[in-house]
Amino acid sequence: MSTTTPAPPAERTSLWLAGTTGAVALWFALYSLLQPLSDRLAALLPLARPGRLADAAAFFVYETPKVLMLLTLVVFAMGIVRSFFSPERTRVVLAGRREGLGNIAAAALGTVTPFCSCSAVPMFLGFVSAGVPLGVTFSFLIAAPMVNEVALGLLFALIGWRVALAYFAFGLLIAIVSGWVIGRLHLEAWLEPWVRELRSAAAQIPASPLTPADRIKAGLEAVQDIVGKVWLWVAAGIAVGAFIHGFVPAGVLAAIMGRGTWWSVPAAVLIGIPMYSNAAGIVPVVEALLGKGAALGTTLAFMMSVVALSLPETIILRKVLTLRLIAVFIGVVGSGILAVGFLFNLIF
Amino acid sequence: MKRVKLLGSGCKRCQTAAEMVEAEAGRLGIAIELEKVTDLAAIAAYGIAATPGIVIDGKVVHAGGLPRPEDVARWLAN
Repeated sequence: MSTTTPAPPAERTSLWLAGTTGAVALWFALYSLLQPLSDRLAALLPLARPGRLADAAAFFVYETPKVLMLLTLVVFAMGIVRSFFSPERTRVVLAGRREGLGNIAAAALGTVTPFCSCSAVPMFLGFVSAGVPLGVTFSFLIAAPMVNEVALGLLFALIGWRVALAYFAFGLLIAIVSGWVIGRLHLEAWLEPWVRELRSAAAQIPASPLTPADRIKAGLEAVQDIVGKVWLWVAAGIAVGAFIHGFVPAGVLAAIMGRGTWWSVPAAVLIGIPMYSNAAGIVPVVEALLGKGAALGTTLAFMMSVVALSLPETIILRKVLTLRLIAVFIGVVGSGILAVGFLFNLIF
Repeated sequence: MKRVKLLGSGCKRCQTAAEMVEAEAGRLGIAIELEKVTDLAAIAAYGIAATPGIVIDGKVVHAGGLPRPEDVARWLAN
């Protein structure tokens, strides 16, 4: 069928695997040299030492490549993981699931299924029309944008694994509980009428099996796609962070965003909901806020509401949901984020 | 003449997929009639859960993400 004769698949596969192993080894070598290399680079800058500007510059010169390298590795690995999942298969797994277990499965699958906010509505329709319960669909749609490798990778790289793990666990919990609550409320009548009537059999799509080389390519595509899109955000975020590190006195934010100010959590959520930024832009800011005395719960609540709820997203969802259902969606998820914020301020 | 439908609400990937189908058809010398379906209800009626979707002569052959060029060629040739 094909006009060219491709190389034997086995040979191509071993070539790809060897290339990937080499690239990962190179990554680790470069990463271990990052501190001395960036020190030398920072020393070349004509700045007064010791000085605040020199500190800020050194911070920027080290953090930017570090974060971008970690992000590249995480996105590459997740690109390969995601190649084992597809919205079609996730839908088959979730169709007809009962609530409870269904919400847990949906939130978990939301973290690994390829997802793009531009196809959120087709996905919503595809799920609901094929018999995935509404609450289970919401668990998926809440987890997918909120708990992703960019958010987790950046939290890990900039703040540490404890905070990344906490974000992961509580992000999943919010998705599970919010979806379950929406399901319990039985709001199917609040879908747009044409959506309620939509019933379609899931299409039978003949599978084209992926080779290991295809999966590595999927990882590379993810890097090109995601890192290519967010690197500027990361650099800008770290630049702001570097400035705050060097110039804003410690503890200045404690009075506004500290643990003692109870109203700071609802204020952070209310400010965060209409805002939209991808995780790449928000994590460096979160890191800077934490460094200057903001409480962890308040800061995470801010990040979660920026990433999980946004004005553009609700405008897209308005095509399939009535305003009442959108209000419930925002109310339930917002309350969950609020609870997590208060809880974290209490614990940490 | 193959009747190809591209299901997608106008995202960048849908555009790329449409160009890919046209390129492969041109390379193989297969005459196609390409139609872009952007209506959400119509897309959902095909039973797919992710865009872009590709329908050839009434049969869904692909849903979600960019297809591989060799797969596109295979679908068109069959």
